[in-house]
Amino acid sequence: MGYKLKLPHVGESVTEAVIGKWLKKTGDRVEKFDPIVEVVTDKVSMEFPAPEAGTLTKVLVDEGATVPMGTVIAEMELDDPSLAPPEEEEQAGGPPPEEPVDRVGRMVSGANVGPTGGVFADTTARRPAERPAAAAPPQARPGEPNLSERYSPVVVRLAAQQGIDLRTIKGTGLGGRITKQDVLAAAEKSRQGVAPETIQRAAEAAPARVQAAPGQPATETPAAAPADRLVEPSPVRKLIAARMVRSWNEIPHAWTVMEADVSGMVACRDTNKAEFQRQNGVDLTYVAFTLRAIARALRANELVNSTWDSGKIRIRGRVNIGVAVAAPQGLMVPVVHDADRLSISGAARALAPLVDRARNGRLTQDDVRDSTFTLNNTGALGSVWGKAIIAHPQAAILNTEAIVKRAVVLSGPGGDAIAIRPIMNLSLSFDHRVIDGAEAAAFLQDVKRGIESYAVDTGLDA
Amino acid sequence: MAVMTVLEAVRQAMLEEMRRDSRVFVMGEDIGARGGVFLATDGFLQEFGEQRVIDTPLAESSIAGIAIGAAVNGMRPIAEIEFADFVWPAMNQIVGEASRIRYGTNGNKFAPLVVRMPYGGGVRGGLYHSQTIDVVFAHQPGLIVIAPCTPYDAKGLLKAAIRADDPVVFLEHKRTYRLVRGEVPEEEYILPIGKADIKRAGSDMTVVSYGLMVHYCLEAARKLSDEGVEAEVVDLRTLAPVDRETFLESVRRTSKAMVVYEDNRTYGIGAEIAATIAQDAFHDLDAPVVRLAGPDVPAMAFAPPFEAEFMLSPEKIAAAMRDLAAY
Repeated sequence: MGYKLKLPHVGESVTEAVIGKWLKKTGDRVEKFDPIVEVVTDKVSMEFPAPEAGTLTKVLVDEGATVPMGTVIAEMELDDPSLAPPEEEEQAGGPPPEEPVDRVGRMVSGANVGPTGGVFADTTARRPAERPAAAAPPQARPGEPNLSERYSPVVVRLAAQQGIDLRTIKGTGLGGRITKQDVLAAAEKSRQGVAPETIQRAAEAAPARVQAAPGQPATETPAAAPADRLVEPSPVRKLIAARMVRSWNEIPHAWTVMEADVSGMVACRDTNKAEFQRQNGVDLTYVAFTLRAIARALRANELVNSTWDSGKIRIRGRVNIGVAVAAPQGLMVPVVHDADRLSISGAARALAPLVDRARNGRLTQDDVRDSTFTLNNTGALGSVWGKAIIAHPQAAILNTEAIVKRAVVLSGPGGDAIAIRPIMNLSLSFDHRVIDGAEAAAFLQDVKRGIESYAVDTGLDA
Repeated sequence: MAVMTVLEAVRQAMLEEMRRDSRVFVMGEDIGARGGVFLATDGFLQEFGEQRVIDTPLAESSIAGIAIGAAVNGMRPIAEIEFADFVWPAMNQIVGEASRIRYGTNGNKFAPLVVRMPYGGGVRGGLYHSQTIDVVFAHQPGLIVIAPCTPYDAKGLLKAAIRADDPVVFLEHKRTYRLVRGEVPEEEYILPIGKADIKRAGSDMTVVSYGLMVHYCLEAARKLSDEGVEAEVVDLRTLAPVDRETFLESVRRTSKAMVVYEDNRTYGIGAEIAATIAQDAFHDLDAPVVRLAGPDVPAMAFAPPFEAEFMLSPEKIAAAMRDLAAY
């Protein structure tokens, strides 16, 4: 049977073409690509080429006739029938169904018009052969780099936002990489009540870093590398480590932050600083101001000044505020006892010798006893935002962060205005067993109000 | 709604603008008696006459230069460079002069011309009928560079280009001319210059492209959809000024990005898009930004296997999408 020469689908809205002049007659010998017939479509006149060498055996359409695209217009006997190009698949039941077309448009198959007219067989859209879709799970592919501990920017950001410990997640990406979807799935899981388990796992994972807790799977400890060295921690370091682990394991931490406008406090301190030093021989520190405000807020919000005690809440009768001090030998926390009874100057005078003894390693047992709440003046270190670990078994710890001048919007009777104000962030970590966000916020509001109430003329003995 | 090809949409846009505004005229090689090598101006000579449908000599520099002169003096010329591959002699006129007229005259003069250029490969065009020249113009401030890929966009944007008061390089991918059919409203409409278009919504990755490659990306995206990966396809439409917000907003959602362009890879549009994403969406990225483009060889060859090797295809794009999805 002869090879059928079919009018190609040249696409667009053209459904028919006019057959022009036959350039070969029945019985003519034709070489590959010899023009056989002129075809006029869409105002473009093309020469229809022979697909392979052979003999034209039948001409089926007269010159000048209008025929639908896809019509067989001639037949050929090919020299080598095995070279016959695959015929266009015939759609059962007439012409191929129109694909839906919208504004995005559709590519039409076979609309292969060359730059100056003429059709060609499109090979660009067909080659090369497609790689088969990877069936195996991504991390099983051989020769892949291990990316399980390489975190992308979005993964790091989301993990921090959602409070997810990445070491508790198994990555599904390339080389075991943790993907954004993995983090979102973990966050979703923890929202759906798997939270305790996640927190537990996170808590278990934490000691691995400080190399302390027994019973940790060996894989969680980093493998020794030649450049590493092992250092024996100081007794203080070990004690801190143990306390942090205990606090982190036992206390479900939650956090909240507020910012305080400390213009008045700064003005008050600046005005009185020199005279105070002359009279008392000690610095009038910002801690004295914040300590007083915190102590009074603790009095008014006694649940924050408490302890989770075997299923009961023990509200502490005294307000004893531990003040974290960075000392050469490690973190020291001397205690200002009955801080709610102190004025600003009283707090300054009480703090000075404690801080001095802490820095010189001369704190007494009494200096560190019976703390009910902790003030962590991280601002002295330049920190503006932090999430402290609660000093077990207290219910909360407050970071007073660095005082930073910021542009703030002030609302007044004349409308809004932008002013430069010194701002201090107050970051509270609290035991979520004891209080909820509402109580934490109420306490923090009281602290904020206390701090913002200071003015240049505030009496230091108040 | 009428369904037509990109070519017909281009033709209609010019026809309507010439009927609307007597300052609009067309000029170029073979555009009059022949009706244009692609027949984009077929019938124009009969309707508008020799004064407004001007056959020029084979001299691209003078085509651009005459258009600039006419534009500065109040006309709205549409100059056709028969193939973008032939534009190089006109570079000084377009890049050196047209782009700087408003700036150089302190805003006193401006050059509202449109230079239409059929460009792109995959049409068995060989070295001199396959080039992608976009990035050379997109790099030059003062030029608007538009590269639509659908009949709807082509018509709406060409009309906007003709009415714009600054020089526009209007790029029409030859392969899309007859390959792509789409709906075009009967009523008049104009599309905004400098606004990208999300051609397909998806949540797993953002694929930024333009021209013919948008359609290849869409086909690849349909394929990937069967495998459970949903790619968002952003069509830049305007290359300069480029609409950064649309693709940045998309990348911030999907966290993965790929730029697909037909041109040589190095120093291409992809570098600009990828750099913008790296700078402005860094904290939302979950994978390296991928550039998928042609190889760094001097030209697209005529031989079909070489052409196929140079050109991207839906299959090549789908493979790259698959890799990015698996990352």
